[in-house]
Amino acid sequence: MSRVEARAAGLYHRTVVTVLFLILLLPLAGTLLYSISTSWSATILPDGLTLKWYAQLWTDPRFLAAFGQSLLVCFGALLLSVVLILPLLFVVHYHFPKLDGLMNILILLPFAVPPVVSSVGLLQIYGSGPLAMVGTPWILIGCYFTVALPFMYRAITNNLQAINLTDLMDAAHLLGASTWKAAFLVVLPNLRKGLMVSLFLSFSFLFGEFVFANLLVGTRYETLQVYLNNMKNSSGHFNSALVISYFFFVLLFTWAANRLNKDKA
Amino acid sequence: MSSVTRGKWLAVLCLLPFAVFFIAFQIAPLLWVAINSLDSAAGWGLSNYAKVFSSKFYLQAIKHSLEISFWSSVIGILIAILGAYSLRKVDSKLRDFVMAFSNMTSNFAGVPLAFAFVILLGFNGALTIILKQAGVIDDFNLYSKTGLIVLYTYFQIPLGVLLLYPAFDALREDWRESAELLGASTWDFWLHIGLPVLTPALLGTFIILLANALGAYATVYALTTGNFNVLPIRIAAMVAGDISLNPNLASALAMVLVGLMAVITVVHQWLLKRSYHVAR
Repeated sequence: MSRVEARAAGLYHRTVVTVLFLILLLPLAGTLLYSISTSWSATILPDGLTLKWYAQLWTDPRFLAAFGQSLLVCFGALLLSVVLILPLLFVVHYHFPKLDGLMNILILLPFAVPPVVSSVGLLQIYGSGPLAMVGTPWILIGCYFTVALPFMYRAITNNLQAINLTDLMDAAHLLGASTWKAAFLVVLPNLRKGLMVSLFLSFSFLFGEFVFANLLVGTRYETLQVYLNNMKNSSGHFNSALVISYFFFVLLFTWAANRLNKDKA
Repeated sequence: MSSVTRGKWLAVLCLLPFAVFFIAFQIAPLLWVAINSLDSAAGWGLSNYAKVFSSKFYLQAIKHSLEISFWSSVIGILIAILGAYSLRKVDSKLRDFVMAFSNMTSNFAGVPLAFAFVILLGFNGALTIILKQAGVIDDFNLYSKTGLIVLYTYFQIPLGVLLLYPAFDALREDWRESAELLGASTWDFWLHIGLPVLTPALLGTFIILLANALGAYATVYALTTGNFNVLPIRIAAMVAGDISLNPNLASALAMVLVGLMAVITVVHQWLLKRSYHVAR
């Protein structure tokens, strides 16, 4: 390629990437501008700027409650996922490597079965009777475990393969550690980073989960997304401040995961 | 009992809690839906399915779901192909920044996304007004099928970029140089080398986008308060609505959705095997 052609190609690629960035940025930038404007209707630009919508939002007790409840459900679900998935991964990879094939099929289920389908069954099974959980945060924690599962399983499996689990365990055994001790004191610290990255990323999409939250629990234990949906008839500026505040937290967690990932490399 | 077999039993015991939760929250609901889709007031049988496939209303929901999913996936993957390829060609600073941003926006979906689009492209949205004044469009209705396709496309793009970016690894730069040396134009290169090599990845990504759009509920629900007729909305309305609760019919519709997902996956596997021959 001649130099002129190479320069033209470079310009083309930079333009495409910039346009892609602008397309992705546009809805966010629009919402951000809306959230800090006094009023904005039927004109291209807002009339004036203000922070009053944020002040109003962050002093609304219903918002703060929904925010706290969202955090509780997400942290609960992540804790449950770690407690269930870590032993599973260890046992599968150390004792029964053949099970990994089966697990790779099972973790497709949360993808292949949309939440709205699962909800139909969940509402009937746990709606009444001995396991009546519909309308409580407990059912959400259980459901969010299945949402996070495929992602955490894949991410930590990659990490496990990178550390040569069997060699590590053999070495620990040779030095006199029991299997428990080796798993907790040798393997777990080696998985810390992969685990943290997958936790941060899982948090950022669980925080935005709406289908299970709305269908199974709704206003009985209002999470942030359900609150956002229920507020849709209030001021658009107020809602925009809400969207931006929500996205700020997602941003924070994705950024943390990114940073951790970079440190690892 | 030797310590080795005891270790194995302990290991199996460790799997138990996971199995309990997975069955309770993933397998059992699906089984309930599958079984109860066959149960109706008329007794056991296929009457729920017969009702679904003879109702214009439900057929319209299926048609809408397929149309919106198909077009948003096509447009989404086209933008993602152009974007992912160019991302590989720009300097790493710009690339890392845009990639990180794209990954973040993949979480910008559902209710917040619907809000953002109302502000931007609603009847009085800023972009609607700009485009109207520029004479590009006469009118834009976000709450229509076209509007939903635009909205769905937006959340398909980051996912498409994320999935396609590594796929371009398969395309080696020296092939391009060799092809050029042998007299191939850019067009020839893409038609005979680039696209065939990328086909498996493109199809795989397309299928995931399709499935992603088919199951999407939050965005369209938040935008139209459940008034736009697509499959997930119809299913939810029959189990969580105020009127016309019918979990059995909802189950049949849900199984139709799961069936569509299954067909997509099978077709995908079949295409993948075929395209591999071409690529090799």
